[in-house]
Amino acid sequence: MTFYLKNIFNEAGNITLFTLRFFKALTEPAFQFREFVRQCFAVGYKTLPLISITGFIMGLVLTIQSRPTLLKFGAESWLPSMVSLSLIREIAPVITALICAGKIASGIGAELGSMKVTEQIDAMEVSAINPYKYLVVTRILATTLMVPLLVIYADFIGVYGGYIGYNIHGSMSLFRYFSEVLEHLEYLDFMPAFIKTFFFGFFIGLIGSYKGFNASNGTASVGIAANEAVVAASLSVFIIDMMAVQLTDLFF
Amino acid sequence: METQPIINIKNLHKSFGENKILKGINLSTNKGESVVILGRSGSGKSVTIKCLVGLAKADKGSISIFGKEITSLNNNELNAIRVRIGFMFQNGALYDSMSVRQNLRFTLKHHTQDLAESDIESKIMEALDNVGLKESIDKMPSELSGGMNKRIALARAIIIKPEIILYDEPTSGLDTITAREISELILSLQEKYKTTSIIITHDMACAKMSGNRILILKDGLINAEGTYEELEKSKDEWVRSFFI
Repeated sequence: MTFYLKNIFNEAGNITLFTLRFFKALTEPAFQFREFVRQCFAVGYKTLPLISITGFIMGLVLTIQSRPTLLKFGAESWLPSMVSLSLIREIAPVITALICAGKIASGIGAELGSMKVTEQIDAMEVSAINPYKYLVVTRILATTLMVPLLVIYADFIGVYGGYIGYNIHGSMSLFRYFSEVLEHLEYLDFMPAFIKTFFFGFFIGLIGSYKGFNASNGTASVGIAANEAVVAASLSVFIIDMMAVQLTDLFF
Repeated sequence: METQPIINIKNLHKSFGENKILKGINLSTNKGESVVILGRSGSGKSVTIKCLVGLAKADKGSISIFGKEITSLNNNELNAIRVRIGFMFQNGALYDSMSVRQNLRFTLKHHTQDLAESDIESKIMEALDNVGLKESIDKMPSELSGGMNKRIALARAIIIKPEIILYDEPTSGLDTITAREISELILSLQEKYKTTSIIITHDMACAKMSGNRILILKDGLINAEGTYEELEKSKDEWVRSFFI
C-alpha cells in the first residue's frame, strides 16, 4: 500500500515538474514554428476521417434512439434541438477527446518513447538542441489548439448525422433542421463546452509527451508508454469533464 | 601535440542506484589524439563518454573540456561546449521521421542559423561525400543498411566540424568488411579534420587502426593503458585476453 501511494505521489510530482518545464520552455525564445505546424497537421488533419465517421454516427444514432421516446410524449419536433444540445454540450466534446486520447496520446507516447529508446532524444541533446522545446512544447500546443477545432467539426458533422437520422422516418429540409437547431442553441450551451476542450487537448498532449519522454530504456517500454498514455489521457478527459460541468453548473 | 589536454577527467565516479559503474576514472586526452576505451560490457565505457557531454551526470570528480569544468555548467554553458563536440551513437540515433538530408540539415541549422541555403546544401554534400553516401541524400533511415546508418551518423557528427568526436561502438553489429570500412573512415576523417577522438569499441581491428592509445576499463577503474602493441604483450593475462 505504501509502495503504491509513494508511486502515485512520485508520478504526480514528476508530471507537475514536467508541466512547469513546459510553461518555462514556452516563454523561452526560438519557437519551433515549422515543427508546430507539422504537429498540427498530424494531430488535426490526420484525425479528421476518424472524427468525421464517429461524429456522423453519434448524431445519427442519438437521433434514431431518442425518437421513440420523444414520440411517446408527442415531442418529436424537439428532436433536432435535443440531439444538437446533447451533442454540443457533452457528447461531441467527450467522444472527440476520447478518440484523440486513443489516437493522439498513444501516438505521441509511442513516438517519443521510441525516440528515447533509440537515443534520438539524446542525439538532440548532445547537438545542443533542446529536445523538450522541439518535441514536447510543439506537441502540447498542437493538441491544445487542434482538439477544440476537431470538436467544432464533430459538432457540425454530428448535427448533420442527426439530420440524416431524422429523415429516415420523418421529413425535414436541411435548412429547416439547422434553423431548428440554432433557434434553441444559446451561447452558454456552446461556450463552456468549447472552453473545456482546450483543457482536454492540453492534457492529451501533456500526458502523451510525459509518458513518451519518460519511457525507460528497452523496446517494451514504448508499448507501455503508449498504453499508459491512452489510459491516463482518457481518465483525465473524464475528470476534466466532471470538473467543467460542476463549474458551469456553479457559475451559470 | 599540445601539452594542455583537451579532455581531462579526474576521479570520475558514477552510480546508478546501488550499482557503482565508475569508481574514480582518470583520463587525459591531448589535441589530435585518438584514445580507444576497451572493456567488458557494463564496465562503464559508454557512461564515461556520456558524462563528457552531460547526458549522464557525474556523482563525483572533475571533467574539464577545452579548459572548462563542465560538471558545474548550466545548460546554456554546456551547450556552448556541446557544439564543439560530435557524438556518434552506437545505433546511429538518426531521426527516423527525417530523411538523410533533413537529419544533417536539422543539426546544421541549429548550430549555424545565419548560414545561407546554398552553404547548407554544400556542407551537407561535403559531409555525405566524406562518408561516401552522396546518393543516399533523400533516403529515409529505415531504407539504410546498418553500415550506411553508421556512415550517416558519422556524417551528422562531422557536419558541424567538431574539435572532438566521441564514438560509441562505431562498428558494433556490422560484418567484418563493413566494420573495417567504418574504421578506415574514422581514421581518414581524423587525419582530414585533426579531431580529438575517444572511441568506445569491442572491435580490436578498429582499436588497432584508429587509436593512438588504448585504455582498458575493469571494475569501474582504468586497469591498463598503452599502445596496441604494448598492451598486446602485457604480462596481465586479462589484458592479453582482449587481443586474442
